[in-house]
Amino acid sequence: MDIFNDFSIGLFALQLVILIVLLILLAKFAWKPILNSLEERESGIESALSEAENARKEMQNLQADNAKLIKEAREERDAMMKEARAIQDKMIADAKEDAKEVTASLIAKAQASIQQEKQAALAEIKKNVAELSIGIAESVIKKELSNKKDQLDLVEGILKDVTLN
Amino acid sequence: MKIAQKSIKFLALALLVLISATSFASSTDKKHDTQNDGGRVNSKEEISDYIKHHLADSHDFTLFSYSNDAGERKHFGFSLPVILWSSKGLVAFMSSEFHHNDDGHVLVDRKGLKFAKIHSKIFELDANASTVSFDETHHATNAHKVLDFSITKSVVGILIAGFLIFFGFTKLAKQYKTRDIPKGFGRVLEPLVLYVRDEIAKPNIGEKKYRKFMPYLLTVFFFIWILNLMGLTPLGFNVTGQIAVTVCLALITLVVYITNGSKDFWAHTLWMPGVPKLLRPILAVLELAGFLLIKPFSLLVRLFANITAGHSVVMGIAALMILLKSQFGTVGATGISFFLTLFLTVIELLVAFLQAFIFTMLSALFIGMAVEEHEHH
Repeated sequence: MDIFNDFSIGLFALQLVILIVLLILLAKFAWKPILNSLEERESGIESALSEAENARKEMQNLQADNAKLIKEAREERDAMMKEARAIQDKMIADAKEDAKEVTASLIAKAQASIQQEKQAALAEIKKNVAELSIGIAESVIKKELSNKKDQLDLVEGILKDVTLN
Repeated sequence: MKIAQKSIKFLALALLVLISATSFASSTDKKHDTQNDGGRVNSKEEISDYIKHHLADSHDFTLFSYSNDAGERKHFGFSLPVILWSSKGLVAFMSSEFHHNDDGHVLVDRKGLKFAKIHSKIFELDANASTVSFDETHHATNAHKVLDFSITKSVVGILIAGFLIFFGFTKLAKQYKTRDIPKGFGRVLEPLVLYVRDEIAKPNIGEKKYRKFMPYLLTVFFFIWILNLMGLTPLGFNVTGQIAVTVCLALITLVVYITNGSKDFWAHTLWMPGVPKLLRPILAVLELAGFLLIKPFSLLVRLFANITAGHSVVMGIAALMILLKSQFGTVGATGISFFLTLFLTVIELLVAFLQAFIFTMLSALFIGMAVEEHEHH
């Protein structure tokens, strides 16, 4: 078989014309719309995927935020509890202190008044003793001052006592 | 309803195959083999002629032929218009006027000129000749070939393939207007388009520039593939095995990559940088020869040779049915040739895709070479 003898110019020309017409028609009515839609779809899928990824990240962020918030709230609560406890302790301590002070002052007052009473009582006793002594002395003096020597001894004795006292 | 339609189509096709097969088989059953026994193909030479006849383009669309009881050869099919540019201008008639004669004995008169068909080529007889005379190598001595723009079987095949591709893909294109994901047959076509784009165009041409060449690559890919597949049907097309068709395809690829060559491409081709100045003209000649001759030639010959070889081998193996009959008997020979032919046809199915893929791939590769821009300059 002879290839060059087989070459048909007519077939070549018809093929060329048909192929070019087909190419132009297909490019306009088939390939362009198909490729455009495919690309559109692909970019749509891509953006949808990236959006989903973004949403996932956002979700994660939100969750992280939530956890953080919860942790903060818990810390705050703990801090508040601690503070409250401290305040309570302090109040109790203060109350105790106050009570102690009040008691002490009461005791002191009581003691003071006891002292006073005691003083008053002592003064009373002293007064009574003095009156009694004066009475006794009067009677003794009335009886003893009959002689001079006895008087002097007495005075001397009294003086001695006074100094000792 | 749809299924019913499809099964009817399938049945019609199967019937067609069956009829042509039986007519072929029945012609082998009878044992008398004279030279003019009504189209029977029995000897090696006849088989070889039959295959050659199939490989060549045809002016008739014959689906099958048979001989009736009276020994008359009957052809089932339809005739196609013959359009010629003769020495007296345009001549047109139907191919039926040759009465399926292919050896120049039937002459058609138009405008005072006589035309004869010899081995699928149309000859115009010289002015004074009344019959075609042949020399000993069976070449016509008193006739010359005319420019033949006939709607031959191959042209019909090209048109059918064109219509199939056009309607298939415009339908797919329309689907995208209403939906994102096509349904039905479009769902089959879409991955093929994506395949050409992602596996052929993008890797070879590059992300930036592939868009411009997609229409050509897609058209060529589906054109070659559909025609290769049509060649495997019993309709008996052999379009991509016509050298004129592959020359046309390769030439378009050549034009596409030459007209889209970047500055860098021409600089590298004609005046290769980084090479001694003395060598540059030699390299330029080599590069030019490569891009203008060798690459297109390899494209056209690869497709032509693969398809031609495929058809020859399948038909040759089918002919074993006849040649092995004396050794293995009718059933044995038919069985052997049936299974071998089946096997080869499956391989041809793969080759049909492969050749379309390779042609498109290499076209994309050459285009990629031509449009490439080197950033380091």
